[in-house]
Amino acid sequence: MTSAPMTGKPAPVRSGSILAPTPHMLRRRRSETRFRLYGIVAIVISLSILAVMLVTIFGNGYGAFRQAKLTFPVTLDAQVLDPKGNRQREEMVKVTTVGYAKVLTQSFRAELTARGIDTADLSDKDIAALVSKDAPGVLRAQVLADTSLVGQTIPMSVLAGGRIDGFLKGRVTMESARLDSNINPEQLQFAERLQQAGILGLHWNVAFLTNPDASDQRPEAAGLGVAILGSLYMMILVAVMCVPVGVAASIYLEEFAPKNRWTDLIEVNVANLAAVPSIVFGILGLAVFINFAGLPQSSSLVGALVISLRTLPTVIIATRASIRAVPPSIRDAALGVGASRMQTVFHHVLPLAMPGILTGTILGLAVALGDTAPLLLIGMVAFVDNYPGTPVDGFLDPATALPVQVYSWATRSDPAFIERSNGAIIVLLGFLLVMNVAAIILRRRFERRW
Amino acid sequence: MTAFFLLVTILILALVGYILGRVRAMARAGGDARGLHSLPNYYGWHAALMTMLPALAVLILWLIVQPVVIERKVGTLLPPAALETDTAFTLAMDDVRRVAKGLDLAVANGVMTDSDASMIRTEFTDVRERLAQVGVALGSNVSKETLAAAQSYRKLTALGAVGRTIAVLAVALAGLAWALAVTGPKFRARNRVEAIIMGALVIASSIAILTTVGIIWSMLSESLAFFRQYPFTEFFFGLTWSPNFKGGSELGFVPLLWGTLYISLVSMIVAVPLGLFTAIYLAEYASPAVRAVVKPAIEVIAGIPTVVFGLFALMTVGPLLRDWIAAPMGLGNSGSSVMTAGLVIGILNIPFVSSLADDILNAVPQALRDGSYGLGATKSETVKQVVLPAALPGIMGAVLMAASRAIGETMVVAMGAGAAAKLSLNPFEAMTTMTVKIVGQLTGDTDFASPETLVAFALGLTLFVLTLGLNVVALQVVRKYKEQYE
Repeated sequence: MTSAPMTGKPAPVRSGSILAPTPHMLRRRRSETRFRLYGIVAIVISLSILAVMLVTIFGNGYGAFRQAKLTFPVTLDAQVLDPKGNRQREEMVKVTTVGYAKVLTQSFRAELTARGIDTADLSDKDIAALVSKDAPGVLRAQVLADTSLVGQTIPMSVLAGGRIDGFLKGRVTMESARLDSNINPEQLQFAERLQQAGILGLHWNVAFLTNPDASDQRPEAAGLGVAILGSLYMMILVAVMCVPVGVAASIYLEEFAPKNRWTDLIEVNVANLAAVPSIVFGILGLAVFINFAGLPQSSSLVGALVISLRTLPTVIIATRASIRAVPPSIRDAALGVGASRMQTVFHHVLPLAMPGILTGTILGLAVALGDTAPLLLIGMVAFVDNYPGTPVDGFLDPATALPVQVYSWATRSDPAFIERSNGAIIVLLGFLLVMNVAAIILRRRFERRW
Repeated sequence: MTAFFLLVTILILALVGYILGRVRAMARAGGDARGLHSLPNYYGWHAALMTMLPALAVLILWLIVQPVVIERKVGTLLPPAALETDTAFTLAMDDVRRVAKGLDLAVANGVMTDSDASMIRTEFTDVRERLAQVGVALGSNVSKETLAAAQSYRKLTALGAVGRTIAVLAVALAGLAWALAVTGPKFRARNRVEAIIMGALVIASSIAILTTVGIIWSMLSESLAFFRQYPFTEFFFGLTWSPNFKGGSELGFVPLLWGTLYISLVSMIVAVPLGLFTAIYLAEYASPAVRAVVKPAIEVIAGIPTVVFGLFALMTVGPLLRDWIAAPMGLGNSGSSVMTAGLVIGILNIPFVSSLADDILNAVPQALRDGSYGLGATKSETVKQVVLPAALPGIMGAVLMAASRAIGETMVVAMGAGAAAKLSLNPFEAMTTMTVKIVGQLTGDTDFASPETLVAFALGLTLFVLTLGLNVVALQVVRKYKEQYE
C-alpha cells in the first residue's frame, strides 16, 4: 500500500527525516485546511446574511415607532363646528371633516403668526398640506365625544403629513422633493423652521400598534391594530381547534391504532401534509370554507380553519414524539394495577407527555403566526379599517393578520408604507421571539430524562 | 335564542347531567361506590355525554339545513328573472338578506315596530330611506317582491330559531332522561364512555385524511371545470400566458413552469453548498461548544416567516443586484428578478438542508470513520470519500425536500420575482411562478365561472402533484437509506 491512497500514484521516495513533511503531505494538509475553511465560510455567509437582513429591517422599521407630530393650540371655533350653537351631538354630526380641517388650518396659521414664523414663500395650500389628512377626522371624533370642548382652545398634537414625517426621518430630501408632486422644497425648509421652533418633532407612536390600517393617502395614520387583533383571534381559534384534534389524533396513532393499512395511510398522509406548500391550503380554504360552506371572506374563523389544517401535521408530529418518549414501564405499571388502557393513557401517559406537547404546540403556533400565503387567498389581504367585533361574533368579521399586513403595505407605492411594513415585521418578530422563548423555558423547566 | 347561547345552554345541561348521573349512580348503589360496575365519575360522564352529543348533532344539522330550506321557500316569492341562473338567484338572495337584516336593525333601534316591519309595503313606504336611517345602505330601491321575500325570510328565520331551540333542548333532555334511566349498579358506564372517547380519537386522526381528500376534491373539481372551458393541451403546452378577464386569454403553463423551475434551480445552487458545508462543519469539525451556539443560530433562519424574506428581497437584495450587477452589465434594470427570488429562497432553505443533512451525517456509524482514519486518511478525505458517499442517498432526499419547498414558496416570489410570465434565460429578468399566479388569479374580484379564475385551481393541482411527488420520492430514499445501518 502507498501512503497516498487518494492519488494512486507511487509513493514519493522519502529523503531525510521521517518527521519532515513531504510536499505531498503538505498538499494534503492544505486541502484539509481548505475543506475546513469551506465549512466556516458557509456558516459565516449564512449568519451574516441573517444579520444583514435583521439589521436592515430593524433599521428601516424603527422609524415606524416614531412619528412626526405638530403641536399647537387649537381653537375650536363654535361658529364652524356648531353653527346652531346648542351643543347637540345630533346637529354637530352634520359638520364633516372639511369643517374641522378649516379649524385646524386656522389655528395652525394663528400659531405661526403668534410665533413669528416666516411663511412668505408658501401658499395657504402648502401650509395646510403639512397637517395630515387624518388629523381632522381625529379632532372630529374627539369633539363629538365631548361636545363641551367647542369654543375652547385646547393644546393638540396632530399628525404631520407622510412626506414631512419622511423628511424628519431622512427618507425625503430636498432633491427628492423637487421631483415629487406632493411636496416642494419650500415646504421642507418651512418644516425645518417649525422643527427649530419646537412645533414639529418626532414623538413615540403608540398609534402604530393600535390604529387600524389607513388609505394610500395617509400612511402616517396607518397602524397594526386590526392586524394584531386578527392574528390574536386566529391564534386563539387555532389553539382551540388544532390542539385538541392534534393531540387526540396522536394518542390514537401512538397508543391504540392497530397496525393495518388504514393506520399506514394516515401516517403517510400526515408526513406528506406537512410538506404540502401552504398556498395549497389557501386554495382548499377558498373552495371548501368560502365557496362551499359559505363562511364569510376575510374572517378570522376561515383564516384559523385554514391555518389549523396547515398546523395540524406539525402538532401531531411533535405530540407523537413526546408520547413516544414516555417509557413503557409507566404504562405497564398502570395496566398492572388494573387501569384500563384509556385510563392509562389519560391519567398517566398524557400528563407526563404534557410539557413536550405544550412546547411542540407553541412552536407550531409560532409557525402558524407567520403563515401568509393561504391568508391571501381567503381575502385577508383586503383593506380593513374597522376593528373586528368582540368574540364570538367578531370571529366572523373581516380582519387581517400581521404577516398579511406586512405584505399589503409592501405592495403599496408610497415608500412611507415600506417603513410601516418593516415596523410590522419588528412587531411580528417580537411576538415570535416571545413564543419561542416561552417554549424554550417550558422545555428547560419540565424536561425529564428517563 | 342564538346558536351560541343554545350551545352554552347545552353545556350547562351537560354539567347538570354529570352531577345528576353521579348522584343517581351512588344512590342506586346505596351510597357505596364498591357496588358499582364503574367508578362513579364514569356515570356522570355518561350522562353528560348523552345530554350533549345528540343535542349538538341536532343543532349542527339544523344550522346546515335551515338556510337551505328557507332559501328554497323564499325563492318562490322572487320574480322569475331571478330564478333563471344561479348567479342571479344568489344576488337576489343577497338583497333579500340585506333587507331582512335592515328590518331587524330598524326594529332593534326602535325606528319601526315589529308589526310595522312585517306589514310595510313598497307602495306606501320608502323602504330604502327608512333603512338608510339605521345605517343599512341599499344599492337600489327595494322591489315589491324583494320586500315580500325579505319579510317572509324574517318570519321563517324567527320560526326556525324557535323550532331549533325547542328541538335541541328536547333532545338534550331526552338524552339526559335516558342516561339517568339506565344508570344502575350493573350498568357498564366506563365501557360506554371509553367507546365514545375512542370514537372521538378515531375521528380526530381521520381529519388528516379528510384534509387530503378535501384538497384533492376541491382542486380536481374546479380543475375539471377549467379543462371543460379551456383545452387541456393548450394549457400544458401553451407558450404564452396572457390572461384577460374580458375573454380570449391565452393560459399557457410552460412559462410559469419555466419560471418556477429556474428560480428553484438558482435557490438550490445557493442552498445546497451552503447548507451542506454548514452541516459537514457542524457534524464533523465543530466542538460541542461551537455547535451549541451555531446550530440554533442557523435554525433562527428557519423560524423567520417567509414574508420577512420577501420584504428583504424586495427592499434590499433586488435593488442591490440591479444596481451592482444587472445594470452595469446591461442585463436588465428590474429589481425583481429570477436571481433576487432565487437567492433569497436559497437563503431561507439553508437551515432546512443543513439540519436534515446534519441528522443524516450523524447517523453514519462512527466505525466507518474510524476505519478510514486507521488507514491514514485525513478528516477531509474521510468526509469526502467515506462519510459523504455513505450519506449520499439521505442527502439526496434532503435536497429533493428542499427543492419541493422552493417550488411551493409563495411570498418571496410574490414580492421578489415579478409578475411577467416570460421564457427567457436571463436570470436578471423578472419572471413569474405558479404560486404567484395562483395568488394573482384568486385575489381581488373573482368570478368562479371564468377560466381566468379557474386556471388557478389547475395550477394548484399541478403544484400539489409536483411537490407531493418530490416528497414521496424523498421520503422513500431516506427510508431506504436508514435501513442500511439499523
